[in-house]
Amino acid sequence: MKAVCWQGIGQVGVEDVPDPYILNPRDAIVKVTATAICGSDLHLYDGYVPTMYRGDILGHEFMGEVVEVGPGVSNLSVGDRVVVPFPIACGNCFYCERELYSLCENSNPNAQLAERLWGHSPAGIFGYSHLTGGYAGGQAEYVRVPFADVGPLVVPESLEDEQVLFLSDVLPTGYMAAEQCDIEEGDTIAVWGCGPVGLFAIRSAKLLGAGRVIAIDRYPERLGKASAAGAEMTVNYEEVDVLEILKELTGGRGPDACIDAVGMEAHVRGVSHAYDRIKQAMRLESDRPAVLRQAILACRSGGVVSVAGVYGGFVDKMPFGAVMNKAITIKSGQTHVHRYMRSLLERIESGELDPSFIITHRLSLDEAPLGYEMFRNKEDECVKVVFLLVPRPSVASPISIPLS
Amino acid sequence: MSTGSQEHLRRAQQSSGAGAHTSVHPLYQEWVGYEAHDVHEEHEEPLVDPQLLANALGWFSIGLGLVQLLAPRAFGRAIGVGEHPVLVRAIGAREVVNGIGLLSQRSTGTWAWSRVAGDALDLSLLAIAARRPAADRDLQRLALATSAALGVTSVDVYTAQALARVPVSEPAEMVSASCAVNSSPQALYAFWKDLANLPRFMSHLESVTRIDERTSHWVAKGPAGMSVEWDAEIVRDDPDEGFSWQTVPGSEVTHEGTVRFDRDLAGRGTIVRVQMRYIPPAGRVGRQLGRLLGEDPQAQIEGDLRRLKQLIETGEVATTIGQPAGRRSVLGRVTLGRRLQ
Ligand SMILES: [Zn+2]
Ligand SMILES: [Zn+2]
Repeated sequence: MKAVCWQGIGQVGVEDVPDPYILNPRDAIVKVTATAICGSDLHLYDGYVPTMYRGDILGHEFMGEVVEVGPGVSNLSVGDRVVVPFPIACGNCFYCERELYSLCENSNPNAQLAERLWGHSPAGIFGYSHLTGGYAGGQAEYVRVPFADVGPLVVPESLEDEQVLFLSDVLPTGYMAAEQCDIEEGDTIAVWGCGPVGLFAIRSAKLLGAGRVIAIDRYPERLGKASAAGAEMTVNYEEVDVLEILKELTGGRGPDACIDAVGMEAHVRGVSHAYDRIKQAMRLESDRPAVLRQAILACRSGGVVSVAGVYGGFVDKMPFGAVMNKAITIKSGQTHVHRYMRSLLERIESGELDPSFIITHRLSLDEAPLGYEMFRNKEDECVKVVFLLVPRPSVASPISIPLS
Repeated sequence: MSTGSQEHLRRAQQSSGAGAHTSVHPLYQEWVGYEAHDVHEEHEEPLVDPQLLANALGWFSIGLGLVQLLAPRAFGRAIGVGEHPVLVRAIGAREVVNGIGLLSQRSTGTWAWSRVAGDALDLSLLAIAARRPAADRDLQRLALATSAALGVTSVDVYTAQALARVPVSEPAEMVSASCAVNSSPQALYAFWKDLANLPRFMSHLESVTRIDERTSHWVAKGPAGMSVEWDAEIVRDDPDEGFSWQTVPGSEVTHEGTVRFDRDLAGRGTIVRVQMRYIPPAGRVGRQLGRLLGEDPQAQIEGDLRRLKQLIETGEVATTIGQPAGRRSVLGRVTLGRRLQ
């Protein structure tokens, strides 16, 4: 089969690899119909996540058709159309019982690696380095899905791939980022980063009752999509001082909650960016936490900083004095996708939400190297790249983009 | 637990020169009912750490050897044996080799004794030199050199003897680990008590077969199709709480283990606690066993418990072995090994 493989820093290629087969009773094999590049794939592409090896198959956002199930899977049948959550969860452990699926204790075969770095291991993740299991990813024609009786969600034929694909990651991730803000009626929420996760965080914050959402980015096309997603204000950080403007907009108090939808490769204006670039290049700090610093400083006292952006290792110059003295609550985590999929699917089915508005580029799997490059460099106003492997005969009318 | 097996355990512990490498979980003494006191207290502590002395002698050898190699004539004149550059250079070369040997920390004892042999040779050469006709005018230097050589010889003999007393370190470490499992002590006890289940999560085991109520036959996997086998008996059994087993007397391998299943106080399943030890026999099979148990027995037992947890909670062991991948680099194939294929 064809698969998108990591070939070194800044290099991916479509290679011919063997087809996957069932390795455990609770496995299923899914024939991929649509898959996407996630912003966090760029951290792998740029070489900021350790334990990537040449030949690793990338991709953790995918959906498709079940073509084979193991003897331990009774709730799926061959032919089912499913969306697969990016974290792999067993459904039986302490964390799975508490719906904290991304912390599953039983799905990372390389847990000892992660324990050395983080103290404990999170769940295994498709195509996301050997720290999180080294599982072959979904940017391929076929994928082996472990614990298939727990993860994959069957989606109705009436919905297009493009409408449900993002249930695998970015939609629940944006939703969880907003949910973590404990939004009360009328709250002001600031969102750093208007990529797919930031856009869905904005959309979700509005759904959860936020009074006002302030979106922060530097690309006009992304700020445009932020407005379309429901943000009342957009801030281009290259033009204004973010901390100043947030104070001004909130009468000096600061936003009730701040969402970091950027993560470890943050870019901000000014000296601190150069400082982090240099330290990261010298491997003195693994992550550039510029947005996180800013969010902590901007957040009102007693507020929440919700971290949806990915961090991998160590950060420097964290204003922890501000966290303590302002009584800030920091909430984070890989998304417990399984917990949100069903209710979000209902919102899509009812027409309340159409996640396909973030897509800017539809490519074939063979065009993956181009897709990565464009997405990485934000060329051609690229916000989200999807690879469509099997064009489906259109059941509904062509997808409209109601929000842009 | 019978007195016979307790005696056996104690013997096993002493023969391993344990103590230095043993970290015994306090609970373990309680479970197994023996005192894991420091056996090495019975050893007579050397005045100076012989390994340190060996290192010092190593550097001394190299220094002396280099002088002899680079300035053989001057050296000969200084100690009063006259100019014998070829002989002095040969002695220098020997010193350097001996020094490197001592510093390599491999079979230090042998290299220390080799220094003693060299000393004997040097002393006899000095004696021959003293008997040559022109010796009279160098007599004072010769006497000095001889007494220096005698001094060094006594340090060499002391070091070699002290090194011989240091017990050779063995991979007979006692390892312990614990793991919270989402299941009941009863279920875990029943699973583990069926010893045939052990190879399902203990990766180095090939099979465990029941012989009778108390004894079982164990086969451990070895490299290149080799295997190591032994018989073990259950020496303590507390239904639903845990048990202890150990190899029967006379086995080639000494292996002992204890497992406890403690109900978590907050009602969150069971804490499984394991303590195990392998004492491989000396010789080829022992080394093979040591190797197959891995460089790090602690990591091994932690991995085993993790797999037990997965098996009990999910019914399978998470794996990626056998999954597809693109073209690997040589480095990747070496580092990933069987973890990724
Ligand atoms: Zn993602
Ligand atoms: Zn789990």
